[in-house]
Amino acid sequence: MSAGTLTETMRLLADQELIALARRVREHCLRMTAGGGCFIGAALSSVDLLVHLYSRVLDVAPDRLDDPQRDYLLLSKGHDVPALYGTLAELGYFEVERLREHLGPASDLYWHPSRAVAGVEFHSGSLGHLLAVGIGIALDIRLRGGKNRVFVLLGDGELDEGSIWEACLVAAAQRLDNLVAVVDRNGRQANLRTEELVPLEPLPAKFEAFGWACRTVDGHSFPELDDAFALLPAAAGRPTAVVARTLRGKGVPSLEDRGDRWFASFTPVEVEALVAELHGAGPAALASEGRVVR
Amino acid sequence: MSAAATYEQSLLALAAQRDDVVVMTAENRAHLRNLPEALGPRFIDVGICEQTLVGAAAGLALRGRTPIVHALASFLTQRAFEFIRTDVGVARLPVKLVGFVPGLLSEANGPTHQAIDDVALMRTIPGMQVFCPADLDELRQALPAIVASRAPAYLRYTAAPPAVEHTERFAIGRAEVLASDEGVSILCYGPLLREAERARQLLDARGVPVRLVNLRTLEPVDEEAIVDAVRPAELVVTLEDHYHRGGLHTILAEICLAHRLAPRVLAIDLGASFFRPALLPEVLEREGFTGGRLAERILDALCEPEAKA
Repeated sequence: MSAGTLTETMRLLADQELIALARRVREHCLRMTAGGGCFIGAALSSVDLLVHLYSRVLDVAPDRLDDPQRDYLLLSKGHDVPALYGTLAELGYFEVERLREHLGPASDLYWHPSRAVAGVEFHSGSLGHLLAVGIGIALDIRLRGGKNRVFVLLGDGELDEGSIWEACLVAAAQRLDNLVAVVDRNGRQANLRTEELVPLEPLPAKFEAFGWACRTVDGHSFPELDDAFALLPAAAGRPTAVVARTLRGKGVPSLEDRGDRWFASFTPVEVEALVAELHGAGPAALASEGRVVR
Repeated sequence: MSAAATYEQSLLALAAQRDDVVVMTAENRAHLRNLPEALGPRFIDVGICEQTLVGAAAGLALRGRTPIVHALASFLTQRAFEFIRTDVGVARLPVKLVGFVPGLLSEANGPTHQAIDDVALMRTIPGMQVFCPADLDELRQALPAIVASRAPAYLRYTAAPPAVEHTERFAIGRAEVLASDEGVSILCYGPLLREAERARQLLDARGVPVRLVNLRTLEPVDEEAIVDAVRPAELVVTLEDHYHRGGLHTILAEICLAHRLAPRVLAIDLGASFFRPALLPEVLEREGFTGGRLAERILDALCEPEAKA
């Protein structure tokens, strides 16, 4: 067996571990749809991105949350927070049992990220904010001569916000090559497909025209994500955008690519059926309606 | 030495004393001309985008910086309001917002540039301190305390020459009582203090005793100074270049309710209207804010039957 093949075999094994981790995170997300619900479609869309970033890309750890040299991840789309909480819990930032407190009376786990939860760098919920906040963090890192990086996870619907594009101009003007925007490009915003409401394509060309280097990848493929994040910045002196093509509801066919399963609240029986579906059973029987919250 | 230069000197002195200080702007450089060179990378001009300005300031504050964010008061507090409220306010970050040409100081720019609701907007944000110095001396005296505070802050900028001979050192939340006679109590803030002092002199010449209170800080406000001004007064005057709602008159009403006080009040403010754009002396005259017009309005109010006041 050649060294190259061995490396490839190890990578496949490691990918299998990441796939298993992502499946556990998806199960956490599904369980958060009980007792009031969550933005399940958005969360399942970004699970693979968050699992990959926290496992293989970000230089951060549960015992280094105050380390000024750490890499930052800012969850700008916000409503996919079950994916972040599931990932952080699985990786030891807080107890997995705490996920059961979701929407509890004294819980910090609600529909959008709270800084009271270990590992959450900044709160969000109002779209179009954290690319600007990320610019401030990246500017300070550069002022201090740091090598760490700032990753901002954006939703594609969020790109309707003008503040994203002014921040894109400013990041390029400031030549922030320690800033990486990752777009969860699932093609859907709250109710509609992005291209039906406010078309975003050609999206990579837009980032490039704004002075960014841009890569487009399959946001559910760990090998492709490895390549996308392997060499950063993608171009010296420029911020990097990674447009990750994803699927709303990814991993649970009954929820995939559906306009009415962005936010959903399911009964305990439905949740168990969805978890079974995640693990390979047939389609879950769902009577609960997706709730329109916006 | 120009007024702008001395503001710059204050910022430079603060930046020299404190590594955490950075100065930011949305290309409002009129009073920051020398800072790009003097501060180097600690001067950050993002261009004409107030939302990104405030969001980036929040990010810098998360990393331990104290950003002094200098931008036009109207666009800073109105256009970027939700970024102030959500990124700076919710996290209670020590971002120091400096609103340039607030109140009447936008002069002939017109309604787009009139920050005459800024006090109301900023006061709604929990934890936000609001400062309204009367002149450049007071502003320069206040800056170190404002920067030292770990609270978010909004400061109404002024480069005006001394409005009065100040009698009290600046302290956050402490008003300056410039005259303490019992009769008419004038409460005011900002450059209008100069006109209020002229009115006080005119009233004094007419035998009307005046207490003149320069509030300086509107949040946290000096409640004791206001109560002390209200209790003995025949007439309380609120003077401000702000809408009637949400500014000093509202603050007075809140305090009076809390203390079960019901004074006779003459509110001198901009009502619910934009002011007609013009150079400042003309605006002061037309809006009835000159010392002479203020004295007349106060005398008229004193002569009116109580029920009509």
